Amino acid sequence: MLADQDRIFTNLYGFHDWGLEGAKKRGQWHRTKEFVDNGREWIVEQMKASNLRGRGGAGFPTGLKWSFMPKEVDPARPHYVVVNADESEPGTCKDREIMRHDPHLLIEGCLLAGVAMGAHHTFIYVRGEFIREREHLQAAIDQAYEARLIGKNNVHGWDMDIVVHHGAGAYICGEETALLESLEGKKGQPRLKPPFPANVGLYGCPSTVNNVESIAVAPEILRRGPSWFSGLGTPNNVGTKLFCISGHVERPCTVEEEMGIPFRELVEKHCGGIRGGWDNLLAIIPGGSSVPCLPASECQDLPMDFDTLRDKKSGLGTAAVIVMDRSTDIIKAIARLAHFYKHESCGQCTPCREGTGWMWRVMERLVEGRADPAEIDMLLEVTKQVEGHTICALGDAAAWPIQGLIRHFRPEIEDRIAQRRVADAARPAVAAE
Amino acid sequence: MAKLIVDGSEIEVPDHYTILQACEEAGAEIPRFCFHDRLSIAGNCRMCLVEVVGGPPKPVASCAMGVRDLRPGKDGSPPQVNTRTPFVKKAREGVMEFLLINHPLDCPICDQGGECDLQDQAMAYGVSGSRFHENKRAVEDKYIGPLVKTIMTRCIHCTRCVRFTTEVAGVSDLGAIGRGEDMEITTYLEHAMASELQGNVIDLCPVGALTSRPYAFKARPWELSKTESIDVMDALGSAIRVDCRGREVMRIMPRLNEAVNEEWISDKSRFIWDGLRTQRLDRPYVRKDGRLTPATWPEAFATIAEKAKGVAPERVGAIAGDLASTEEQFAFKDLMDKLGVANVDCRQDGTKLHPKFGRASYLFNATIEGIEDCDAVLMIGTNPRWEAAVLNARIRKRWRMGPLPVGVIGERVDLTYDYEYLGAGTDTLQGIVDGSHSFAKVLAEAERPLIIVGQGAISRADGEAVLSLAAKAATAVGAVAEGWNGFSVLHTAAGRVGGLDVGCVPGEGGLDVEGMLAAAEGGGLDVVFLLGADEIDTRRLGNAFVVYVGTHGDVGAHRADVILPGAAYPEKTGTWVNTEGRVQRANRAGFPPGDAREDWAILRALSPHLGHQLGYDSMAELRGAMFERHPHLAMGETVAPADAADVSALADLGGSVEAASFASPVRDFYLTNPIARASAVMAECSALARGRIDAEAAE
Repeated sequence: MLADQDRIFTNLYGFHDWGLEGAKKRGQWHRTKEFVDNGREWIVEQMKASNLRGRGGAGFPTGLKWSFMPKEVDPARPHYVVVNADESEPGTCKDREIMRHDPHLLIEGCLLAGVAMGAHHTFIYVRGEFIREREHLQAAIDQAYEARLIGKNNVHGWDMDIVVHHGAGAYICGEETALLESLEGKKGQPRLKPPFPANVGLYGCPSTVNNVESIAVAPEILRRGPSWFSGLGTPNNVGTKLFCISGHVERPCTVEEEMGIPFRELVEKHCGGIRGGWDNLLAIIPGGSSVPCLPASECQDLPMDFDTLRDKKSGLGTAAVIVMDRSTDIIKAIARLAHFYKHESCGQCTPCREGTGWMWRVMERLVEGRADPAEIDMLLEVTKQVEGHTICALGDAAAWPIQGLIRHFRPEIEDRIAQRRVADAARPAVAAE
Repeated sequence: MAKLIVDGSEIEVPDHYTILQACEEAGAEIPRFCFHDRLSIAGNCRMCLVEVVGGPPKPVASCAMGVRDLRPGKDGSPPQVNTRTPFVKKAREGVMEFLLINHPLDCPICDQGGECDLQDQAMAYGVSGSRFHENKRAVEDKYIGPLVKTIMTRCIHCTRCVRFTTEVAGVSDLGAIGRGEDMEITTYLEHAMASELQGNVIDLCPVGALTSRPYAFKARPWELSKTESIDVMDALGSAIRVDCRGREVMRIMPRLNEAVNEEWISDKSRFIWDGLRTQRLDRPYVRKDGRLTPATWPEAFATIAEKAKGVAPERVGAIAGDLASTEEQFAFKDLMDKLGVANVDCRQDGTKLHPKFGRASYLFNATIEGIEDCDAVLMIGTNPRWEAAVLNARIRKRWRMGPLPVGVIGERVDLTYDYEYLGAGTDTLQGIVDGSHSFAKVLAEAERPLIIVGQGAISRADGEAVLSLAAKAATAVGAVAEGWNGFSVLHTAAGRVGGLDVGCVPGEGGLDVEGMLAAAEGGGLDVVFLLGADEIDTRRLGNAFVVYVGTHGDVGAHRADVILPGAAYPEKTGTWVNTEGRVQRANRAGFPPGDAREDWAILRALSPHLGHQLGYDSMAELRGAMFERHPHLAMGETVAPADAADVSALADLGGSVEAASFASPVRDFYLTNPIARASAVMAECSALARGRIDAEAAE
């Protein structure tokens, strides 16, 4: 279990002052000038040494990502830091806590990321539904401007302007290039890659899009040193991570924990256990709605990190653990997710536009058992036809939950179909009217 | 250059190529829906998937990935791309299945049937049955104007239409609303598109979602005979294909001609064909007791012979119209020369262009393709959007390629690209000439400035002086230099350059159009021949005996005393010379209606009745005579560069100019000639356009 002194988010629950004064008391904005003075290479090296992997879901090494920005800044093409605060993945509620209760960590992180990338502008794209979060964040930014921590000619000697932009509530705008399109005022549709944002990003300029959590942990990593951070967790899956546990646990919560913490420990320590005891556990979705679910049998001692979960054919994603007990209709649960992806598909490319609707409709029939057993394989094939054939990862995200369901709960689906057949046969035939 | 291996064979292609282009280069056929050479890359249909060996284990959209983004093999061997493996076939079959699940498959009642990309590619990548047991999506049809019919259920969301309208046509009328499977292409509030090029989305649409409204349910592509021809709706000479069933023109499509129209044509060129059927003159008429009555050819000729007998040549006038082919104008001029008539003119609008100033004085010397090389533009008294819509798209294309300063002297109009409005008339032009205007510096600093002179500036009484002033401006800013002649006259009439080339202008002491009208009004002319001339004020013809050779019952025919029915442009072979001096031949696609005949044959048949028989009995002989006198017309499809010295000579001409402002001669894009005025489709478009202009004025 993570020791209290190793926590980065010390005001995660909002018990203390979220403003500048409180933040400074908690050690934020401490030695920032020193880090800025150490310069661009130093920060990137420190971040690389910390082995921090991006907290947005894909787990790409953050230091490496920062190093992709062009070394020289072309005056005609300024660099931009873009923070992805469009936290919309069902089950995920970590970035909002940071913006509400520890906004200065994020702001300090923006400044340091700006130094590391040669950028003087940061855009924070906040999800449309986040109202209070945006207000707190904006108030904190105003405080930072007031105290000349950021802005032109600030005390750190690195100009940094931060703009908070409010989205309009589309899940796809959390995809980094769709976010850039939306930020530019266009329809939020993912761009083709390559070119990657580090070459052609916001307004055609080099940009890097990072998750809120990745940016917010950066100042602490620099303050305490990369070896402290990489000493936590398991090899290649280091540091602390915000876990959001929702669903059928006694006390759902968001908590900062070490990477690689076993699932049982996470739930026992922080959530008061599974509702109705461990035998009542049916399945979990370990990383937000887009990763495949895992059945109870695989969950008990499961280390919660990127690599283990990938080997289990699931993923850590955003570490949003959705717990389902035996009262759950797992087919219906996945059908609901299929509906979500059908609703949120941007409609740009064919497999996702047409496939998500098809998958959802078949899922709805499976919920009621109105299907032929052969359609399960057909559905699986359709998910494979979507997966990997689309411009962005939304197609994959729509396919994986269904693949997980069929992989682990195929007998349930077959039972449902069989029951329906029995029920239909038993029902008195209606005379031809 | 980049090396790569496509399906096992190594090829070398330029660095900037996409994988799709490289595969085509290697001879592999790549299916596609959203990709189009002339539009930005969307990469959304996913049909062009290929396998990149050694890359991530998923197929790659070949249209969107450049060859320079490919990583070489581990041992340094060139990257490998496969287009025919089972992996690729399966991926494409998957995409095809997705495209078809919500497609209505109503091919039997679809106008795209037989020329549908989806149909064709489904033959290669489709399967025989469907696994989709849900209800298909149905989408409400949208009204997007009188030209383009929508059946939106068929749409596969390739967004070619959206990209065309925003990128090439330069209007933001079309767009996609909604998300996911609810995404729909619409004009938002379902108003008509406001572009002169909108018909091209019909060709671009790979399925039957956007089809031609006037052509709806009229014919199937395989029952049409297709004839390659040249458009005469403006002076560009766009390459077209005329599709006929029997003798009726069913539709007109663009052909590829990189030098002129790329693959676009304007709506007037495309939808004019219903005007070819209405108001047609299909037999000769003779005015008897004030009424036009049907007659036979001999009767008509006899009436003319009787009236023309003994009339002094000075009391005869001859005016050639805007659509007349070069051969006709040559024969017309030839006939008048033989009769000793000097009052011949082809310049109905009164433009002061004249072959005596040299060929460079009336050509678009920079050439249409040359627009892409220019680096500054000055427009004098022209609205290219209405005068030559496809040429305007070319200027817009150049404007999109990089910074292009455009200055306009004349009217403030929406050209679909940004420009600096310099002024209204000759004062501003004078400022460019003497360098006092700030834009003169922009032009002078440009390496290849383009000076476009419109008919609006030079068809006025002081047109000759304005033309000279424009030439002076061109020479002053260095637009006429070694290897670049930027002095470019934009014509509005298809037959004009040909007419000027064969000298269809007043002879020694002859009257021009304005002179003839003035003379006729005062009783100075006894006989007037109109060769399809309808753009003149016929009320001013006085009591003259009018012989009208033409196709439509327009103003000329209404005034005529004898009507000799001619052939419209798809019904005859002929040569047209476009505004840049490109000699192009049009082929006959069908026959003229009833007793109507090709115009040159009418002139030949009429000539003995006037006492001077023309010396050619076939088109070949006529052309032979014409080529002998004007050898450059014998060359086809090329532009012979004109002598730039003509422009300098023109600049030295001088003359006094008036202060009046310039106005484009085209007041209504859709109704510029007798065929267009007979077309119901053009009338509807014109009414819509007028409504838009009124609405803008009201705001």
